[in-house]
Amino acid sequence: MKVVGCRLSVVRKTRVALALALVFAVNVFAATPDMPRFRWENFTTANGLPDNHVFTVLVDGDRIWAATENGLGLYENGKWRIFTTADGLAHRAVLSLALDKRTGDVWAGTMGGLSRISAGRIDTFNQLNSGLSNDVVYGVAVQGDYVWTATAAGASRYNTRTGQWSLFNERNTPMYEIWTYAVTVGPDKVYYAVWGAGVLEYDIKTEHWKDYNDPDGETEIVLFKDQGLIHEITTSVSYVDGILWVATYFGDSRYDGRNWHNFLTKDSGLPSNFTNQVKALDANRAWFSTDKGLAYYDGTNWAVYRPNLKTGAPEMYVRDAEGSITNIAVDTAPAHNYTLAVDFQGDDIWVATAKGLSHGIRQK
Amino acid sequence: MRVRSQALGIFAAAAVMLGLLVFAGSAKAKPESDEAHYLSPREMALSLDGRWLYVMCEASDEVRVMDTQSGAVMKTVAVGHVPRGIALSPDGKKLYVANSWDDTASEIDTASLKVVRTLTTGFEPNGLALDGENKTLYVANRLSNDVSVIDLSSGQEIKRLAAGRGASYLTPSPDGKLLYCTHIYPKIGAHRTPPESEITIIDTQRQIVVDRKRLHNVAGVFHTAVSGDGKLVVSAQLRPHNLVPLAHVEHGWAFSDSLAIFGDDVNGVVQAPIDELERYFAMPYAVAITPDKTKLYVGSSGSETVSVIDIRKMLAYVRKTNVPIANDLSASANYVVGRIPVGRNPKGLLISRDGKRLFVANRLDDSIAVIDTANDVVVSSIDLGGKKDMTSLRRGERLFYTARFAFQGQFSCANCHIDSTFDGLQWDLEPDGFGVDIVDNRSIEDLGGTEPFKWNGGNPNMATECGPRTEKFFYRSQSFNSAELADLVTYVMALPYRPNRYRLAGGELTPMQERGKAIFERTRTKNGTPIPQANQCAYCHSGPKYTNTKLADVGSGKPTDRSPLIDVPQLPNVAYSPPYLHDGSAKSMEEIWTVFNPHDTHGVTNDLQKDELNDLIEYLRTL
Repeated sequence: MKVVGCRLSVVRKTRVALALALVFAVNVFAATPDMPRFRWENFTTANGLPDNHVFTVLVDGDRIWAATENGLGLYENGKWRIFTTADGLAHRAVLSLALDKRTGDVWAGTMGGLSRISAGRIDTFNQLNSGLSNDVVYGVAVQGDYVWTATAAGASRYNTRTGQWSLFNERNTPMYEIWTYAVTVGPDKVYYAVWGAGVLEYDIKTEHWKDYNDPDGETEIVLFKDQGLIHEITTSVSYVDGILWVATYFGDSRYDGRNWHNFLTKDSGLPSNFTNQVKALDANRAWFSTDKGLAYYDGTNWAVYRPNLKTGAPEMYVRDAEGSITNIAVDTAPAHNYTLAVDFQGDDIWVATAKGLSHGIRQK
Repeated sequence: MRVRSQALGIFAAAAVMLGLLVFAGSAKAKPESDEAHYLSPREMALSLDGRWLYVMCEASDEVRVMDTQSGAVMKTVAVGHVPRGIALSPDGKKLYVANSWDDTASEIDTASLKVVRTLTTGFEPNGLALDGENKTLYVANRLSNDVSVIDLSSGQEIKRLAAGRGASYLTPSPDGKLLYCTHIYPKIGAHRTPPESEITIIDTQRQIVVDRKRLHNVAGVFHTAVSGDGKLVVSAQLRPHNLVPLAHVEHGWAFSDSLAIFGDDVNGVVQAPIDELERYFAMPYAVAITPDKTKLYVGSSGSETVSVIDIRKMLAYVRKTNVPIANDLSASANYVVGRIPVGRNPKGLLISRDGKRLFVANRLDDSIAVIDTANDVVVSSIDLGGKKDMTSLRRGERLFYTARFAFQGQFSCANCHIDSTFDGLQWDLEPDGFGVDIVDNRSIEDLGGTEPFKWNGGNPNMATECGPRTEKFFYRSQSFNSAELADLVTYVMALPYRPNRYRLAGGELTPMQERGKAIFERTRTKNGTPIPQANQCAYCHSGPKYTNTKLADVGSGKPTDRSPLIDVPQLPNVAYSPPYLHDGSAKSMEEIWTVFNPHDTHGVTNDLQKDELNDLIEYLRTL
């Protein structure tokens, strides 16, 4: 890592040195990308969060849903309301969330099935009482009248109008592993992150499936960086503006339908290749939740937000296109460097971490 | 409480006083159409100027347009099959009718009285309502348990909102900003737990569900009325006592006929009975509030009565009472101030815009009763036309829907078989103990060829099922005489199947359904092991009704069952009537095999993958 400010060489002539330093400093300030800055407010069990292990977060207007290891939290009007199995939740460990923007219903994937939270009523679907393929629901997404789920035994699609289920697995798709880990939908496509089997694409119009895998077939080696999906151990997919973003535990990928571009710590601002989630804002900008902090990519530059890995002190740094890194002085940081997911609330961001839920309040 | 008399003198006096002579009892409407069919008027709507009463007729698939000044039927508009709901647009220009068997809504132009558009809805649309801005139509779908949101500019359904099971009735608030949706079947919950229902509240500006009023111990919620100021909301509801033996019918523990009261006028949701001690007003269906908010009318379709409630007294009583009154049958004496006898199977209620008249749709009389709301007496009965000869079928239908045979008028056949279907409940019907032989209420569609009846196969025919059994177990008195019994059996055995929504239009099966059919008909397991004939799906579930009409032990018997032998049920339209198994212990079709078939005694299913089980279920839905 190169740090600007540490690379100034010593000059012999003071006048020249001062002049050079002045010019350089001006250039440095001019060159430091203007990346989003936040004041972080963190929620833990101490201030109402049901559990500090937060698996994902969902923004629904002014309401924030936090999926935790021990219940589903709803933050509204400054207070937390907790949904548990006593309320009908399928399981206390909530892994995934999706909002049906048309109906306002929230779908929660849990370790014991799928729940629909609709105006306070919870309906639960599991592998015993419904056609859901498996009770461990890692991912959920809403596409019109369909609710897609990524489960430990393949993909399921629930038709909310007819109550019919369609299952997708190794017998009717190119899914050669059935451990599906995440799902995302767009107007024309549905994408699945399949653990150990890359990415599956479902074309809504043609109803055909297509798979994307690591072309070198070497799960631990990248032979050619941008020849295809970076790795087959995929954890997350995000599909925005026709661009597919993929997170894996060994780097991340962006696919525009023709070309792949991959991100690794060694040649990007990713703080870690171990990425739990990628969530795109648009075709060029995305947030990466890694085990070593939260990263933002604006298409050129990177910013990382986290407690310092050694000291725990709030930390933010920016990496520009040339790889130069600038530390930004900050007073707050997300609750933990192990980040799992984000969602957006206007310019603000909410972050699920291993030790609490964080609200990034945009400062500039 | 005083019961209103129908004495002619009072009629005349009231009519003269109010200038209502136009509805003299002798006035006979001249229907435009022929009289070949019974009409079964069920719901009504009134034009904005109050001149035209639109009467939706369930049996004749039409809307009859009645002149409220002359009482004459001026026009008949044909709509779809088995219409169940009607609503007038806020501007009065359009009338909408829910065609429950077509899964459509007819849009009628009120100027030309022609159907100008047919809109697609969900499964079995019943009630409908519009937003205050005339832009969106909402339709409650009974079989898909949701509400269709239809954009009236495009005519397209834009989304569905999850409602209660058997969603059926929709009522807008006076400003159209809120809709109240009720449902007739309880939520499917844990076995042998009190039934739970809800009133679903929809915000029409956001087009989402914003609240669900929970109704504990309630199964069967019907119409809702909202006061003009929007502060009082009342729904008609049933409180079934299905967790105690029906042997206790003489103790009043079969059904409580009651109201759910909520809104700004009360604290929370109050359940209040309309029954009296030892006198019941079965199947409260429709409710109406006078414009001045002084009276609430409640029609009891089984008891052929409209109850009159003094709203001021009711609110005062429920506000001062700090204990639940839902089971206190003495409570009604504090607010019910009148009972008005009306015609057979009264359904829709509608108050004229000036509040002076209450129209009652006497469904099985093909007539409209007109009540003078100043004196609460029926001042006329308007004949809508329709077939006049009483057939055995029609007589049987009347018997099916009346509660007059039951002990103290507690219930009719239709209490448990709502609209001739089922109630989604499990009952303890046997008189010999507590909790023995719990049985799920089965569908009664097209029963011919499925004999014997009862889950233990104890009744060889419908006459036995409906005759001595009802006398002894249900009614505690003489039930139907032989002629009546014959009529009732005629009606029950003639009930048709509802349309199956899972079959493709051409009758062919989807690939998933084809795979399921192969599983249903298979004779070997996946590894080639022969399946004993008696354990093959298609052995017991054989023939045109998918029952061999025999008894079988499929391992679903419970310690409380006197015998593990269960009547093999017919399967057509089985998708509509969860829960399943003889005692309703399986909340879904999946649970029949995922929970209650551990030893492959109810067909061999444990070699199936999850998607194969889904295939099987998808096929069963087509039957």
